[in-house]
Amino acid sequence: MNKIHEDSKVTEELITKLNSLHAKERMQIPVQEMPMQDPVERRSNIKEVALGFSEKQAIIEANRCLQCKNAPCVKACPVNIKIPDFIKKITEQKYSEAVDVIKETNVLPAICGRVCPQETQCQSGCVVGKSLKDINKAVGIGRLERFVADYDRKREQEKNNKVNLNEVSTSSKTTKKVAVIGSGPASIVVAADVRKAGHEVTVFEAFHRLGGVLLYGIPEFRLPKEIVEYEIENLRKLGVKFQTNFVFGKTRTLKALMEKDGFDAVFIGIGAGLPNFLNIPGENYVGVFSANEYLTRANLMKGYNQEQAHTPMYNAKKIAILGGGNVAMDAARTAVRLGAEEVYLIYRRSMDEMPARAEEVEHAIEEGVIFKTLCNAKQIIGNDDQCVTGIECLKYELGEEDNSGRRRPVAIKNSEFTLDIDSVIIAIGNSSNPLIKQTTPELELNERGNILVKENQETSVKNVFAGGDIVRGAATVILAMGEGRKAAAAINKALK
Amino acid sequence: MNKMNKIVKKIKISDKIFKMTVEAPLIAEERKAGQFIILSLDNDIAERIPLTIAGADIQSETIDIIFQIAGKTTKVLAQLEEGDYIANIVGPLGQPTEIKNYGHAVCVCGGIGGAPMLPIAQALKEAGNKVTVILGARSKELIVLENELRQYADEFILCTDDGSAGRKALVTEPLLELCKSADNAPDMVMTIGPPLMMKYSAETTRPFKIKTYASLNTIMIDGTGMCGGCRVTVGGENKFVCVDGPEFDAHLVDFDNMTKRLNSFKDRERQVDHHCNLDQEIAYLRSIQKDTSN
Ligand SMILES: Cc1cc2nc3c(=O)[nH]c(=O)nc-3n(C[C@H](O)[C@H](O)[C@H](O)COP(=O)(O)OP(=O)(O)OC[C@H]3O[C@@H](n4cnc5c(N)ncnc54)[C@H](O)[C@@H]3O)c2cc1C
Ligand SMILES: Cc1cc2nc3c(=O)[nH]c(=O)nc-3n(C[C@H](O)[C@H](O)[C@H](O)COP(=O)(O)OP(=O)(O)OC[C@H]3O[C@@H](n4cnc5c(N)ncnc54)[C@H](O)[C@@H]3O)c2cc1C
Ligand code: SF4
Ligand code: SF4
Ligand code: FES
Repeated sequence: MNKIHEDSKVTEELITKLNSLHAKERMQIPVQEMPMQDPVERRSNIKEVALGFSEKQAIIEANRCLQCKNAPCVKACPVNIKIPDFIKKITEQKYSEAVDVIKETNVLPAICGRVCPQETQCQSGCVVGKSLKDINKAVGIGRLERFVADYDRKREQEKNNKVNLNEVSTSSKTTKKVAVIGSGPASIVVAADVRKAGHEVTVFEAFHRLGGVLLYGIPEFRLPKEIVEYEIENLRKLGVKFQTNFVFGKTRTLKALMEKDGFDAVFIGIGAGLPNFLNIPGENYVGVFSANEYLTRANLMKGYNQEQAHTPMYNAKKIAILGGGNVAMDAARTAVRLGAEEVYLIYRRSMDEMPARAEEVEHAIEEGVIFKTLCNAKQIIGNDDQCVTGIECLKYELGEEDNSGRRRPVAIKNSEFTLDIDSVIIAIGNSSNPLIKQTTPELELNERGNILVKENQETSVKNVFAGGDIVRGAATVILAMGEGRKAAAAINKALK
Repeated sequence: MNKMNKIVKKIKISDKIFKMTVEAPLIAEERKAGQFIILSLDNDIAERIPLTIAGADIQSETIDIIFQIAGKTTKVLAQLEEGDYIANIVGPLGQPTEIKNYGHAVCVCGGIGGAPMLPIAQALKEAGNKVTVILGARSKELIVLENELRQYADEFILCTDDGSAGRKALVTEPLLELCKSADNAPDMVMTIGPPLMMKYSAETTRPFKIKTYASLNTIMIDGTGMCGGCRVTVGGENKFVCVDGPEFDAHLVDFDNMTKRLNSFKDRERQVDHHCNLDQEIAYLRSIQKDTSN
């Protein structure tokens, strides 16, 4: 065990020596493990699983960084955070300055530090991880990012409790108006950057609450909603206006927004939306849900609190989740917390190809999710009332590599087997929302329904920009934010 | 845009059915016949429920909703009074009805189905159709919106299951007679009501190959195509009622599956209802509706 306890002598000793260590010695500092809620305990609550580094842990972990000159980690981060610089600040215990370094390129560090797939991004480039020949031993960049962001937020919150809100909000300096559609990470970044340039910004969101997938998709136990709300509140203080219950294209068209309501530029960040189904028999039986529906019921509608919430959750004890991404993990782990006795995760390829973050897979296993890899659903079985009673699966093996470089799963003949279950959650990805095509024909889309944009995120319509999942297809929070950044810069330029 | 979601008028239509006129300027401006809204009564634990836009007035910037008490949300909604606010209303959602001059349009409605039918019958009438309305109810006390629907009907046929008013018949009987008639056959049928009624209306017109639409009332959450909870099988394909509908070719809809899916949460909903202290809940929700006024 590498875990260092707060009170241990080793820590104290180490900390006094930290500044004078050589690279070789640094590589020997034990990896700081993330303190976690106990797996058994957390099965029955929705509180955050990863508890965050203590200050001492953060300092020790920061000292594992070799401050590489060419810093490959920076290139591996989609928004090129100056990673060695912010880590250096942590070793100097200047946490607020560390946050400032991060915020030059990433305005939502508390969120990215928690949900970025670090092992395939920043940490994949880390020299320490490479030298120790173990990606899990790379410097914990994401964890450090989270630590300083949390530190900063707590400090700000304490300060703000004493400040009158009205004093903080700025008035616009220009007469230009910008509409930001959707309130996910791409939109949050655009709203902040455009507002800071002095333009009037209104965020329009279809749901009754703000935050996009950060709110209704990613569960509380992975990303506390308090953090999302804090970021939204910061936008409010900047003077960003919000209008919820507004469906772009339906409540108002693009044309009306620009011509009638006088918006000079529009950013479209409406996410990926439409859930994919497998098109297998039985998919519309009672008890079959898309992950979007299941997670929305549980998160946004507070279904995890069945005593109070008005939105019901389906009564199921044995649940099969189809898919192997983050969404599938979130659905499986939510099912555990809602009291399912057996939760199966059915995935076509093997553990190695699973697209979910390694950490989430690990946590799911700890929480008792049963992984059925190399198999896939053939049909869903129901009773006379069309309620789910089982799922018939086929076993798979890995064949040739496909053009994504992954080995293609091939069904094994006559390998059918059946699991007794009473609910199925389908988490095999999302396509672009059909509303945009129906309501906004002037936007050019690709064959998959994603909005086509130029290098600067501008769409086929002048002064209309787009970014995030509606452009890239389902991707990641940090990529959505990166596009938001680019779009905001282009909007600010266009409105000069 | 502060003038939002205030209840300006409330009428009790029957024991369980209410009509409300609500301020919603943007929706009033954009909505078309056949579209609906989704509302919820707080930002925290309330459910989102779909209701048809039964009418709208652009001048006074209001929409009308007509609803029947079915469960928790509609029960609490019915307790709200003029001057109260509904926390969230989003819309207009769904595809508008395809309104044109079909010739003879027959509107078959049962129960609360008269409410969503109202704007459609009106629009069909304004488009120059001969409109026949067949309105069914179990018994006299349960007939709703008769006068409102009569306004737009060239011909009006009232039926009750027990014969306490109008004809003693199911709606499918006069529908069948119309289909068979030589000079008064429908060119188009629109049916809205309980799934079983819609199913049998579709079966009645099928042999005559009369274009028949049903407006489906599935369970919904977002209403924008994101959750898939509203999906139905139409002609063997998966369709989302909120973005592809709510109206579909009734001859292609799998009504059996839809009915079963509607009951997905029946046990849960009764349980929840049983547990709750409704008076407290209503007081709480009402206080919230007031808070959201600005
Ligand atoms: C369950 C789940 C888990 C995930 N886990 C991770 C993870 O661990 N790490 C990671 O990096 N990424 C993860 N992702 C992906 C990540 O959340 C998305 O890539 C990211 O949120 C996309 O941001 P966005 O701003 O493009 O849109 P979204 O976050 O999708 O926000 C779009 C917003 O637009 C609103 N909207 C849609 N249509 C309209 C309309 N017509 N009018 C007005 N508003 C509209 C929506 O209601 C929504 O609020 C996960 C996704 C899901 C679903
Ligand atoms: C597009 C659309 C338009 C609608 N228009 C109207 C309208 O104009 N007036 C009106 O009174 N109702 C309308 N409905 C039905 C209305 O949405 C439901 O009655 C409402 O959701 C019930 O909510 P509740 O919380 O009061 O009851 P719940 O506690 O949610 O449910 C009570 C009972 O009703 C059943 N139920 C749940 N949802 C529905 C549903 N969507 N349809 C039928 N039964 C349901 C449940 O199985 C349960 O047994 C419409 C539905 C749709 C999809
Ligand atoms: S590659 Fe690793 S060790 Fe080098 S600067 Fe980046 S985080 Fe530090
Ligand atoms: S934003 Fe994401 S990828 Fe970039 S440094 Fe932070 S955790 Fe790593
Ligand atoms: S209500 Fe969610 S997709 Fe239709």
